[in-house]
Amino acid sequence: MKKPIFALLLALLPVTLMAAGGGVKLTPADVDLGDQASLQRGAKTFVNYCLSCHSASYMRYNRMAKDLGLTEAEVIDNLMFTTDKIGNTMTIAMTTAQAKQWFGNPPPDLSVTARSRGADWLYSYFTGFYVDEKRPFGVNNAIFADVGMPNVLWELEGAKRAKHDEHGKIIGYEMVTPGLQSETEFKQTARDLTAFMVYMGEPVQMERKRLGVWVILFLSIFFVLAYFMKREYWKDIH
Amino acid sequence: MSIMANFMGWIDERFPATETWERHLSKYYAPKNFNFWYFFGSLALLVLVNQLVTGIWLAMSYKPDAMLAFASVEYIMRDVEWGWLLRYMHSTGASAFFIVIYLHMFRGLMYGSYRKPRELLWIIGVIIYLAMMATAFFGYLLPWGQMSFWGAQVIVNLFAAVPFVGEDLSIWVRGDFVISDVTLNRFFAFHFVVPFVLVALVFVHLVALHHVGSNNPDGVEIKKKKDANGIPLDGIPFHPYYTVKDIVGVIGFLILFSAVLFFAPEMGGLFIEHPNFEPANPMKTPEHIAPVWYFTPFYAMLRAVPPMFGSQFPGVVVMFGAIAIMFLLPWLDRSPVKSIRYKGMLSKINLAMFAVSFVVLAWLGMQASTPAKTLLAQIFTLLYFVYFFALLIIPKFEQTKPVPERVTE
Repeated sequence: MKKPIFALLLALLPVTLMAAGGGVKLTPADVDLGDQASLQRGAKTFVNYCLSCHSASYMRYNRMAKDLGLTEAEVIDNLMFTTDKIGNTMTIAMTTAQAKQWFGNPPPDLSVTARSRGADWLYSYFTGFYVDEKRPFGVNNAIFADVGMPNVLWELEGAKRAKHDEHGKIIGYEMVTPGLQSETEFKQTARDLTAFMVYMGEPVQMERKRLGVWVILFLSIFFVLAYFMKREYWKDIH
Repeated sequence: MSIMANFMGWIDERFPATETWERHLSKYYAPKNFNFWYFFGSLALLVLVNQLVTGIWLAMSYKPDAMLAFASVEYIMRDVEWGWLLRYMHSTGASAFFIVIYLHMFRGLMYGSYRKPRELLWIIGVIIYLAMMATAFFGYLLPWGQMSFWGAQVIVNLFAAVPFVGEDLSIWVRGDFVISDVTLNRFFAFHFVVPFVLVALVFVHLVALHHVGSNNPDGVEIKKKKDANGIPLDGIPFHPYYTVKDIVGVIGFLILFSAVLFFAPEMGGLFIEHPNFEPANPMKTPEHIAPVWYFTPFYAMLRAVPPMFGSQFPGVVVMFGAIAIMFLLPWLDRSPVKSIRYKGMLSKINLAMFAVSFVVLAWLGMQASTPAKTLLAQIFTLLYFVYFFALLIIPKFEQTKPVPERVTE
């Protein structure tokens, strides 16, 4: 039986070797997609603060309503500012040409950003803005150097100044202007927003995992039956 | 005669249904000592069918248009009923196909399944592998993400390294000066049609297999020892014995396949690379371009060879040489025995080094290159090729063990 195990290891080796990866240290986002309240708060933050410059043009409002346990009326009243049709996706009024003119780089569509950047990156990004007078919007970001975006969550978080060590590495922050939320509250806001964006990256992911358990359970029973069938047929061989 | 027998009689007069069934299944005698490694042939067939069926359904909603392709994949993921399942079956299937085929090929190396009289069987297999790589390469452009775009850009640029005609050749392949809508359209066309060539090749592979008969872990020709009825003493009918056994293999495989599909479809960025969730952008080169994992051993070889006379061509030659040399394998191996079981220690070390080289090269191909890693890639590229030539030389020094007359347990 040693050989099959060796074969599997051989097949999986590249996966284990991939674990390494460099760059800036990210803070774990620690999101819970099973927590609908968190996702609903994240959705609210998203439509209020992100969805006017950024679009999420693959995400439908009614899909969001269904997945987040909201009624369509609730979504229409509280979460829809850019369109009036519940079956629409989260598009914005700003055209790419306008965006180019106003921002230089057009703000990217955020539908699948969580899948290209990862949850931890998003969380670190949301919590990584600090005051930097040299930048056009007066802020810089710890994990996205010289970012072209203002800190849109400023009124919630407040403004913080980075403390650097002698190598210029950020070692901590110091709040200069407090925001509407405490540090703990803001971290939760960032976590909720991250959770929502992770959900939005692949709305089916919770259902996929639920279904996967049943599929594997079914196959496991089938495997046992198939094994005994094989043994029965092979009794007379040898 | 029963109605059924009458009916089959009517058919058989007009089409060799019973004859075909018997020749390829119920009276195709396979060695009774197949082990774990013999699951991968039938599994490859299963994955091929999976790719064809899910692929055709994906094509019903996919748009091969640079403006629409990325969005149409997300449309499949979100708005097409069970579209996400089709897409993940296809993307996981692509990687699974290569895992299964690599193990299938390794089985052939271990037990000498390429040796006489199976040289053509092996060569057809290598052609299948080439067709698979072509299909995978065309298909990887279709999601039109950053890795799709830049991966294709890098690979098509290889053609530009060909002396004299390279530049024109790469433009001819792309249909444009960069990867563009035209390229996407033709890659989609090829991605759709090459799999049918693949099916034809697999058919020829099976015809050849059933003509010469299957090899086995002992490398013993079971056709040499037959009973009074001309049936190999160590052979058992493929159906029902191996059909019921392969069902167990198939379900075992499906359990692993589903574990990836339902719980880790990106496989940590290996099966679906993270940068591919950013739409293709010709103006923005990603920090690190790496092909999908199943191409990385060859990509590592390409990068291992330094440019000569200001040309990358030698690297391209080495890379394609790594595959071309497989065609010569049946004539390189001079050992008097087929199976690794009866070869000596040197042969075993040689085979193990080959497997290690392939895996290490696969890993190196994913990494950004550093001088140390380039050196490693050069060493393991060398070892990869050493395997083939050592097959020629080792038999001169090595004592083999006696091969039994009949297959062992």
